[in-house]
Amino acid sequence: MSATTSHHYTSTGLDNRKIAIWAFIGSECMLFMSLISTYLIYKGRSLVGPFPHEAWTDPSTGHVFKPILNIPVTSFSTFVLLMSSLAMVLALAAVENRNVPKRTLGDRILGSSKLWLFVTALLGTTFLGCQAYEFTSFVHEGLTLQTNLFGSSFFTLTGFHGAHVTAGVIWLVTLLMIDFKRGLGQDDVLNLDIAALYWHFVDVVWIAIFTLVYLIR
Amino acid sequence: MDSVTHQDPATAHAQGEEHAHPTWSTYWKVAVILTLITAFEVWVYYIPAFVASRWFVPVLLAMSAIKFAIVVLFYMHLRYDHRLFRTLFTGPLILAMTTLMALMFLFGHLHLGRA
Repeated sequence: MSATTSHHYTSTGLDNRKIAIWAFIGSECMLFMSLISTYLIYKGRSLVGPFPHEAWTDPSTGHVFKPILNIPVTSFSTFVLLMSSLAMVLALAAVENRNVPKRTLGDRILGSSKLWLFVTALLGTTFLGCQAYEFTSFVHEGLTLQTNLFGSSFFTLTGFHGAHVTAGVIWLVTLLMIDFKRGLGQDDVLNLDIAALYWHFVDVVWIAIFTLVYLIR
Repeated sequence: MDSVTHQDPATAHAQGEEHAHPTWSTYWKVAVILTLITAFEVWVYYIPAFVASRWFVPVLLAMSAIKFAIVVLFYMHLRYDHRLFRTLFTGPLILAMTTLMALMFLFGHLHLGRA
């Protein structure tokens, strides 16, 4: 197949770039697990509020802090990130099936890599917007990186994840620009596959964070 | 640069390399399942009696693990890809989860049952 002629194969017969992205994802698993471990170890050990799930009254001022996590907003952003993964696989499928004839409007929509790459980047940006809103509201409510153990571990964990989403959005926009400039073809399937793997990994990390940080009290 | 060691498709297939990816309809079904599980997770979060029960944490962890597995198997195509990729992913994942459990024990968040 022409798509494979320019690729770098290893002694396993597998493309070295795909092995590299899986090795990278494996190392990222350990990075995020260390951050999640830190969050869980410090959970419930903050001496002062605000707290994630419980109200807290500051003894010096009498100010009452509500539970700080906003589950409706985070549930929405979780849904957005899950749907971005759907858009990403549809973008990859569109490039893989570029040469398949598109007879109906539905076929043309499903087969548009530009559309699905744009939707993926848009949903990723929406997720980042939700995170920016969440961080801003937390700071306004008195929770910063220095406030307590919860603030330190929470902002570090979710901030690292947000940085990964940002890198993913930049990657997707780059691919979208290439698609507009010359079109993504069979030779680009592997490049898109690697980007998709990274994007889905960011998604699965959020699946873990959403449950462990936001839902479990 | 091409390597001379590139396998032919038949050999690669025999050794468990890439198979055809899922269809569009499979991707949509997976998205619906992921959405339903997420909705269920959020729903149980708002049931005080369930939150207070001993089933709350195990159920949420199980739901999260199912979502995690679905995305990895279907969207990341690990179900259809070469076993080396599975090893590269599950090896570090198991190592990381073991470390997490060890740290949780070490810092007193998990306790072994006493006789």
